[in-house]
Amino acid sequence: MPRLPKLAVWKFTSCDGCQLSLLDCEDELLALAGSVRIAHFLEASSAQTRGPYDLSLVEGSITTPADRERIQHVRRISRRLVTIGACATAGGIQALRNFADVEEFARAVYASPEIISTLERSTAIGDHVPVDFELRGCPVDKAQLFEVIRAFLAGRPPAVSAHSVCVECKRNGTVCVMVARGTPCLGPITHAGCGALCPRYARGCYGCFGPMETPNTTSLAAEWERRGVPRRDVLRVLRTFNAAAEPFRRESERHVD
Amino acid sequence: MDEKTLRVVTRAALEPLPGLLRDRGFTVVGPTIREAAIVYDEIESLADLPIGWTDEQGPGGYRLRRRSDEALFGYNVGPHSWKGRFHPSDVLLFQAQRNGRDVEFTAPPTESPPVALFGARACDLAAVAIQDRVFLGSASIDPIYATRRRGAFVVAVHCTQAGGTCFCESMRTGPRATRGFDLALTELLGAGEHRFLVENASERGAEIADRLASRPASSEDLAAARAGVERARTSMGRKLDTDGIRDLLYRHAESEVWDAVAHRCLSCTNCTMVCPTCFCTTVEDVSDLSREHAERRRLWDSCFTLGFTHLGSGSVRTSTSSRYRHWITHKLASWHDQFGSSGCVGCGRCITWCPVGIDITEEVGRLREAEGSRAP
Repeated sequence: MPRLPKLAVWKFTSCDGCQLSLLDCEDELLALAGSVRIAHFLEASSAQTRGPYDLSLVEGSITTPADRERIQHVRRISRRLVTIGACATAGGIQALRNFADVEEFARAVYASPEIISTLERSTAIGDHVPVDFELRGCPVDKAQLFEVIRAFLAGRPPAVSAHSVCVECKRNGTVCVMVARGTPCLGPITHAGCGALCPRYARGCYGCFGPMETPNTTSLAAEWERRGVPRRDVLRVLRTFNAAAEPFRRESERHVD
Repeated sequence: MDEKTLRVVTRAALEPLPGLLRDRGFTVVGPTIREAAIVYDEIESLADLPIGWTDEQGPGGYRLRRRSDEALFGYNVGPHSWKGRFHPSDVLLFQAQRNGRDVEFTAPPTESPPVALFGARACDLAAVAIQDRVFLGSASIDPIYATRRRGAFVVAVHCTQAGGTCFCESMRTGPRATRGFDLALTELLGAGEHRFLVENASERGAEIADRLASRPASSEDLAAARAGVERARTSMGRKLDTDGIRDLLYRHAESEVWDAVAHRCLSCTNCTMVCPTCFCTTVEDVSDLSREHAERRRLWDSCFTLGFTHLGSGSVRTSTSSRYRHWITHKLASWHDQFGSSGCVGCGRCITWCPVGIDITEEVGRLREAEGSRAP
């Protein structure tokens, strides 16, 4: 019997939601377990097999000195390293600290802030080690996650497009919420992958998948303001799960009063 | 059109029409309200039409509004076109299965029940004619399009009002449908009677029209129908000066107009996706975990994505200005060289459904202005 590729799943600073997306694959999990050796996945099992690993999925951002050391180790023992989710690819919601004083946050939250060892900024995995592929989303889409695993096992590029959410709306036949309802929508500047979930339910896109390949954030923000969205709200909507993704960060800075 | 053969059908007498089409095996697709817009979807009866509704359209804006009457066709084109019926946005091309040392390829079945387009407007029929040339007009016929298009029945509606982003008059594609239909209706609301002037253009159109209770059209009916289409013709929300437009675009391969529009353009692809003639696709190959099974799908793509021009060394059109220039130049200029007509039918969808309201007619105007200001 051929040796099965070894899969590892790692957690850094995160909510575990992206790992749960993998567990949520349900029926396909059995097929996965038959095609790879799940060698390290603490969210699923405390049983661990030593590295090196053929494919590492990394969830979470780097927010502590310990994270910063550990990611170097994970990279060294991983043949392919794929980051999954907004934390790992853009710093996540915890990157809101990047716009404020983290010590002040620690004092507000913890009874004994002096025992908290944390970095000033939350950063993406790709800021620390080379990454073979970044899968977007907060959380990731489980179909895309499976596609990435299948693609890496087969040695082919994943069928994951970096164009806007609008493409997904139009392929689905979903009517544009911005044009037909005047609902502010981040879809035109947001990376596809969710299947345009919110517009399908008549809501504007919240940008969970971060910036698309060529985001014209300035034009969309100007259009929102022209349609009556206050500057402060433009700032806030850009500072959520992907606040530290460079195009969103840069545009949000233009809306600070 | 021979006016002597035209008949008039009252609103009540039109009621059986969708059923007559269904009885003949057609899937009847027509305008209906969904998601705050008038889209094309399967309809059961006239009650599914947007009765008494209209739309207000402008750059980046679309709103449904109540009419003061019970018109069946008192609106203009919405976000969908017929393109999605014949040229699906996502379609399986083939599956491959490894059997030992062989690979077996299977194509999905291509049969598709014939469709009846109910309430097709002149601009959209012009678009169907263009896509016919694209998909069926050369040696390489697209089997997916051909199968879905084959035998389609068309009930056209001549427009008697124009929308805020309409410019079919400029493109000479409307507001009166002149070809590509089996039956054509002109909705008449005046003179105290809600009625339709019915024109048949094919044997099967005549066969169905004969089953609707009707009377010969009077000279008043004919005059009202002509006046309605004339009203649409003279109230176009937009105009596009097409004089020498092919060469105008070719002369402006380099222009500051492209840089200006790129400041606003989102590269979101909406203009191309709603365009009833844009036909570009990409393919996606996926394999399963066992690597024994693979499939290839064809998906709508757009010249506004980076992937569209991705070659070994990366994307060719990296700037938004180059992508917008490519789209408008193909649509209004090189389409003539490639397919013998403009690629634009003046439906106005790209204007209405652009989230930031970029207007193709204004951009052409800017090119003309730029040229005027440079002239000696």
